[in-house]
Amino acid sequence: MSDELQLLEERVNREYEYGFTTNIETETVAKGLNEDVIRLISAKKNEPEWLLEWRLKAFHQWEKMAMPKWGNVKYPEIDFQDIIYYAAPKSKKAKPGSLDEVDPELLKTFEKLGISISEQKRLSGIAVDVVMDSVSVATTFQSQLAEKGIIFCSMSEAVQKHPELVKKYLGTVVPMTDNFFAALNSAVFTDGSFCFIPKGVRCPMELSTYFRINQENSGQFERTLIIAEDNAYVSYLEGCTAPRRDENQLHAAIVELIAMDNAEIKYSTVQNWYPGDDEGKGGIYNFVTKRGICKGHHSKISWTQVETGSAITWKYPSVILKGDYSVGEFYSVALTTKFQQADTGTKMMHIGKNTKSRIVSKGISAGKSQNSYRGLVRAAKSAENARNYSQCDSLLLGDKCGAHTFPYIESKNNTAVIEHEATTSKIGEDQLFYCEQRGLDAEKAVALIVTGFAKEVMNNLPMEFAVEAQKLLAVSLEGSVG
Amino acid sequence: MLSIKNIHASIEEKQILKGLSLDVKPGEVHAIMGPNGSGKSTLASVLAGREQYEVTEGQIEFNGKDLLEFSTEERAKEGLFLAFQYPVEIPGVSTTNFIKAALNEKRKYQGLEPLDAASFLKLLKEKAALLELDKSLLSRSLNEGFSGGEKKRNEIFQMAVLDPKLTILDETDSGLDIDALRIVAKGVNTLRNEDHAIIVITHYQRLLNYLQPDFVHVLVDGRIVKSGGKELALELEAKGYDFIKEELKETVTA
Repeated sequence: MSDELQLLEERVNREYEYGFTTNIETETVAKGLNEDVIRLISAKKNEPEWLLEWRLKAFHQWEKMAMPKWGNVKYPEIDFQDIIYYAAPKSKKAKPGSLDEVDPELLKTFEKLGISISEQKRLSGIAVDVVMDSVSVATTFQSQLAEKGIIFCSMSEAVQKHPELVKKYLGTVVPMTDNFFAALNSAVFTDGSFCFIPKGVRCPMELSTYFRINQENSGQFERTLIIAEDNAYVSYLEGCTAPRRDENQLHAAIVELIAMDNAEIKYSTVQNWYPGDDEGKGGIYNFVTKRGICKGHHSKISWTQVETGSAITWKYPSVILKGDYSVGEFYSVALTTKFQQADTGTKMMHIGKNTKSRIVSKGISAGKSQNSYRGLVRAAKSAENARNYSQCDSLLLGDKCGAHTFPYIESKNNTAVIEHEATTSKIGEDQLFYCEQRGLDAEKAVALIVTGFAKEVMNNLPMEFAVEAQKLLAVSLEGSVG
Repeated sequence: MLSIKNIHASIEEKQILKGLSLDVKPGEVHAIMGPNGSGKSTLASVLAGREQYEVTEGQIEFNGKDLLEFSTEERAKEGLFLAFQYPVEIPGVSTTNFIKAALNEKRKYQGLEPLDAASFLKLLKEKAALLELDKSLLSRSLNEGFSGGEKKRNEIFQMAVLDPKLTILDETDSGLDIDALRIVAKGVNTLRNEDHAIIVITHYQRLLNYLQPDFVHVLVDGRIVKSGGKELALELEAKGYDFIKEELKETVTA
C-alpha cells in the first residue's frame, strides 16, 4: 500500500465528535423484557387500554420469532434481557409545557449537537421534535403548524391528543409481525414523532426529529408515523447521535409513511449513531424497519438517506406502490469505515398500474468495513406498465474493506420494465495522483472524489441538510478537516 | 529555473533514468524525444513526484529550491504543472469545481484569498475561449465522456487557469487529430512567456512544428545522449532514432 492510502486509512479512523455523555438524572426501569415492563411503559405513558393490548400482542408474537440471519452482517447474540427498555430524563412534569421548563442541561446537550430547541434562535424554518432515550423532550413550532391544521408532535402526545388517528394508522404499513425487530418495537416503543398533514396542505417548513441515545445499557425504540392526506406535501428530516461507549447499544425503530391521492412525502435521514472505536468495540446496532405506502393515485414517497454511523446497520426503507401512477424513490449513501457493517437497501413493491420507482444507491467502504446493498423490486400481477430503474455503485477505499450487492427482482407482469445497473470502483492511485498534481492533498482529493461519487444522492437532500451531510461525509473520512 | 543533475530513478527496483541532466531557463521550450521505453514519461513522473518512482541519485533544483523535498501537491503549488498523457475521470465533480478547488489551494499556498466567484468565472471564460473549449464541458464531470481531444484541451485549459512556472506536456499530441493539435498548440503558444518554461515530451515532429522549441534533446536508455536546436527534431523525423544509436556505438568503440 502506498503512503497515500496509508494516510487515508489513518484519517478514516477519526474520532467520533458526538461521543459525549450528558449527566442528567434519568429514570429507568430495570433491565429485561417481560409483560410487566410493557405494562409499566404503557402506564408511564398513560396509554389507553387498546394500546397496551396491542403492545402485549406484539410481545407474544415476538417471543415466538427468531432474529433474522440473512443479513450480510456478523455480531454476537444480543441478550434481550440485558437491555433497559425505558429511560427518560427526569422532569417534574411528563412533558414540559414550555421551553423554560426544559432542563438546561438538556438544552445544552442539544445546543452542543447543533440542534437549537429554542425557537427564537432558529435561523431556518425547521420544526424539531427532540427525542432523548425513550421520550420526546421538546417539539418546536407546534402552534404555527396547528394554524394550518398540521399535527406535529411526539408519539406519546399523539396517543393522548389524537388517539383516533393513531389507532387508525398505527401498524398499518409495518404490521407488528412483519419481522423480529418490528415485533420488538411494537411491544416496547417509547416515543418518536407523529405528523399529520391534512387535505390540500403543503407543509410550510421542514419537519424534523433529532434522536439522541444517552443512557447506558438502554435501547432506543422509537416509532414515527407520517400521514399525508390528499394533495398534501411534507418534507421530513431525521438525525441521530449517541455517546461513545464500549458496549453495543440497540436501536430498533419503525417508521411508517402513508401518502393518499396526489400526496407527497419526502423523508430524509442523516444517520450518525456512534460507529464503535478503532478496534471495532462498541457502537450502535441499528435494526430499523422503514416503510411507506403510496395508497392514493399519483402519490409519491421519496426516501433519502446518508448513513455514516452505527456498528451495524440493517435497514431497508421501502415503498408499497399501491395507487395507480404512484412513484417511489430511494436515494442512499452508505459510508462504512473501521469495523462497521452495513446491510442496507430498499424494497419497491409495485401493485398499482403505471407505477414507477427509482433506486440510486452509493456505497463507500473504507477501513475494514463491509458494505452491502440489498434490494428487492417486485411487480405484482396487477402492476401494468410498472417501471423501475436501479443503480448501485460501490466505491472502495483501500484493500481491506468489502462491497457487496444483492439485488432481487420478481416480476409477475410482463409489461413491467425493470432495469438494474451496478458498478464497483476503487479510488485509484491515478485519480489521487492527478488531484495532487493539481495541488490538492490526499485528504482533499478523497473528499472531492467521494463527494462527486455521492452527488446524485446529496442533491436530493433539502438544502440545509445537504451542507451538513456533505460535511459529515468529509469529516467521517478525514478527521479534522471539514 | 529547473536544474536536473545526474538523476537516477527506478520503479519497482527497475532502473529507468540513469544519470539524466537537464537545465531549463525561464521562458525556454525544451523538447524531449526518444524511443519507447527510454524514460520520457518516467522523467515527467519523477518531476511531478509520483510516489512509485524512487530517485536513487542526483538532484533537482526548481526555482532555487530542492524539488525532491516537496510532496506532489507542494510541487504543484510551487508552480509545476503536468499535462497528463491519460487524464483521469472524476465522476460527479464538475470541471469548474475541480479547477476552482485547485486554484484556491494554490492561492492559499501563496497567501492569497480565494478568488471571488465573478473573477473566477471571468478567468474561466477567457481561458476556455483560448482553447476553443465548449462551455458545456465546464459543467460536466471532469473528463467523463470527453473525447480524446477534449481531454487534452482540458489539460491545457487547466494549465492556462493555474498559470504555472513550468509545464510538462507528456505526449499531449498523442491521439489528437490535426484540428485538435492546432488548437492545443495555439493554446500553448499563447501561454508561452518569459516566466513560463515548457518541457514537451513527444514522439513526433508534428507538435514541434507548431511549438518551435528552443532545444531538442534525445533521451536513450535513461540519459540525454544528444541535444540540439529545433532542426534536430527534423533530422530525427527523417532518419529515426537509429542514427543516434549508431553514433553512440561509434563513440563507445572510439
